[in-house]
Amino acid sequence: MTHSTTAEPLNYLNHKTGLWSWLSSTDHKRIGLLYLYSITIFFCAAAVLGLLMRIEKIAPGQTIMSAQTYNGMFTIHGIIMVFIVVIPGLAAVFGNIMLPIMIGAKDVAFPKLNLFSWYVYISGAFLGLYSQFANGHSPDTGWTFYVPYSAEASSNVVIALTAAFVLGFASILTGLNFIVTIHRMRAPGMTWFRMPLFPWSLYATAWIQILATPIIGITLLMVIAERTFHIGFFDPALGGDPVLYQHLFWIYSHPAVYVMILPAMGVVTEIFPTFSQKPVFGYVPIVFSSMAIALVGYFVWGHHMFTSGISYESRWFFSFLTFLVAIPSAIKVFNWLSTMYGGSVDLKPPLLFAISFIFLFTIGGFTGLTLGSLATNIQLHNTDFVVAHFHYIIFGGMGFAFFAGIHYWFPKIYGRMYNFRWANISWGFLFAGFNLLYFPLFVIGIQGMPRRYFDYDPKFQTGEVISTIGAFILFIGLIGMISNLVYHSKRGAIAPANPWHGVTLEWQIPSPPPHENFDEVPVITREPYVFDHPHTN
Amino acid sequence: MKNHENHISSDTLNWTVLVILLILTTISILAIKMHLGAFTVALALILASIKVTIVLTYFMHLKFENSLLRIMVGGVFLLFAIVIAITFIDYYFR
Amino acid sequence: MSSTEHSEHIDSDTGKMGMWLFLFTELFLFGGLFIVYAVMRSKYAADFHHAALELNAFVGATNTVVLLVSSMTVAMSLTAIQQNRSGKAIGLILITLILAGVFMVNKYFEWGHKIGLHLYPGSDVMKTMPHGEIMFFGLYFMMTGLHAIHVIIGGILLTIVIRKIQSGKISSSHYLLQENAALYWHLVDLIWIFLFPLLYLIT
Repeated sequence: MTHSTTAEPLNYLNHKTGLWSWLSSTDHKRIGLLYLYSITIFFCAAAVLGLLMRIEKIAPGQTIMSAQTYNGMFTIHGIIMVFIVVIPGLAAVFGNIMLPIMIGAKDVAFPKLNLFSWYVYISGAFLGLYSQFANGHSPDTGWTFYVPYSAEASSNVVIALTAAFVLGFASILTGLNFIVTIHRMRAPGMTWFRMPLFPWSLYATAWIQILATPIIGITLLMVIAERTFHIGFFDPALGGDPVLYQHLFWIYSHPAVYVMILPAMGVVTEIFPTFSQKPVFGYVPIVFSSMAIALVGYFVWGHHMFTSGISYESRWFFSFLTFLVAIPSAIKVFNWLSTMYGGSVDLKPPLLFAISFIFLFTIGGFTGLTLGSLATNIQLHNTDFVVAHFHYIIFGGMGFAFFAGIHYWFPKIYGRMYNFRWANISWGFLFAGFNLLYFPLFVIGIQGMPRRYFDYDPKFQTGEVISTIGAFILFIGLIGMISNLVYHSKRGAIAPANPWHGVTLEWQIPSPPPHENFDEVPVITREPYVFDHPHTN
Repeated sequence: MKNHENHISSDTLNWTVLVILLILTTISILAIKMHLGAFTVALALILASIKVTIVLTYFMHLKFENSLLRIMVGGVFLLFAIVIAITFIDYYFR
Repeated sequence: MSSTEHSEHIDSDTGKMGMWLFLFTELFLFGGLFIVYAVMRSKYAADFHHAALELNAFVGATNTVVLLVSSMTVAMSLTAIQQNRSGKAIGLILITLILAGVFMVNKYFEWGHKIGLHLYPGSDVMKTMPHGEIMFFGLYFMMTGLHAIHVIIGGILLTIVIRKIQSGKISSSHYLLQENAALYWHLVDLIWIFLFPLLYLIT
């Protein structure tokens, strides 16, 4: 590590140098950065795979890759994006860096375990990568590993399953660490209802992580047992039930969607009050809606299986609960909008990303309800409509919240500021490219274009071409944004401790934070979002 | 360390708990010989649940921990029961 | 870790809470198998009844008693260390380890017997059996196998505890590790309390 100035005060970035000081650090901020860098690298790799798939689909028939390659590609794209990027995503990066600071702690409850989690994570990530390049075909089951195909496919499914298992373990350990941290490490005076809302969202997330992830763990082990010992749980020829796999898979993987989106909601909930200079509207409802989402979200897994032959009664039940879980999400949207209402709104890049999060998440949410109602689901199941909905939630929701978060906390993390103009232009490309890329998929999905298909009917070509153009525009935006951030993390103007006039604890300490976060333990005497000099009317 | 708060279980208590657990095990083994039909499994599960509760309460010291931990443990078992029940909304009606 | 790294001192309540949360994940790990069991049993009640006859309830009951007693000895070893009687604590953990060994030996012969009869997943004999019995033996091997792995991990943890008591790192004022290892061992017992009736007593 080199330093541009030697007179810089000591902080967590420069108090020790050298690669090993990073790889052996139990400092939550450094571990958060390790996650940030590894997630960014894997995100870029999987995004390139996505772009290649879009190029393949620019015309019907084979253009740049074979059908088998395409199958491998959407599988690896899915495995990397879901298990390596998005599930750890916001919680592991911003949760690690900000959670202890925001609750006034020096570190998480178990710092060594925290570092260990990262090593587990990175081993799982490399194992996932290895499944792509090991002898034989890269896995071609889709990230959902549905039986019976995953039990029979000759590709490297076992390696990919093991990778997902290991990554799940890392996720569990992070969740465990956060729950204990929030219970035990809050600063004096920080009661539960004086805790900022990002930690609250992490708390709800962490419970899902520890209570849902083991189910996928054992399920993946069962598929491995199916492949190696023909144990038969999912094989109808031996008396097993393939739909049971889908139950078990979605008992985890539906709550996993909330593992992804809850921290994203938490991040934008921090951003709106700061850039409106106004207390968050409805603090308590936001808290309870997070917990309600976590709880009810645990019971809606069956809406992924409406066409799989589950009973009518359970379809009715799952559809009903799916509509129920939309309520707390909608409550949050109203809270964010009301927070901005009447505030002195300052449209800086973090807010720009946060507002586009609301827009995209709302589209994703509404189309989710379209999929959640029984009649329309039959028509739309396994079409590109699902792909579009999924990406509006995961990329438009979680991805844009991540971008919002990194633009928000960047000056705190690096002590430097990025270029606003550059950030705004990149946002324009990202936002336009995103909608061009995914919105046409809603349309051709309704018209009947199935997902995960390598080839398509020529009548869908207009939609596919617009989508591919969108992918290129999105890529320009990504390159612009990442280069802006990377360049200015070293060479940007020195940022003040509190550039956005935020009121939560992380803005009350120097940027970058000192190694131990606080010189003296802060004592909290009031609610989290009280602005001393409100700019409100 | 706040070990002064920690409860110390006497050996007598531990022995008592073991004896009760062994009695319950014996009952559950004898129960199957009574040919209770459909109730056999129900009875076996009820007895197992009682044993598990005893282990949690005394051997695992839940009785002496703060109520937060007890609520968490209860919640986790409840959550699992609900998951099983919801799964059976499918299987029971199929 | 060097002195400038964060303090690694973890207080007892914090450490115990972490362990409990970990135990929750273990419960749900087995929970997935219990879901499969519940579904398959409701589907093939008669076959399960029949297949369970193949298991020796006496061996299962013996192992139940062995684990219950070992649970008590671990609980007593904790009492001993709290009373600063480290010799007694080590002795009780050693008894626990011996009981764990007895459990594993029983399990070894039980599995060996089944495998000798070609009653294992994927065998030719199995393929000719009714569907429900195939499911039963699949569950039997997977559940008891996963449980046996936990017995081994618990045994390793308890061995570490003995070493730490000997070196004085665990004492009447610092025994978090022993508490957590004991909790883990009780979990192993707890899982078995459910497995025993579900696998051996449904005849």
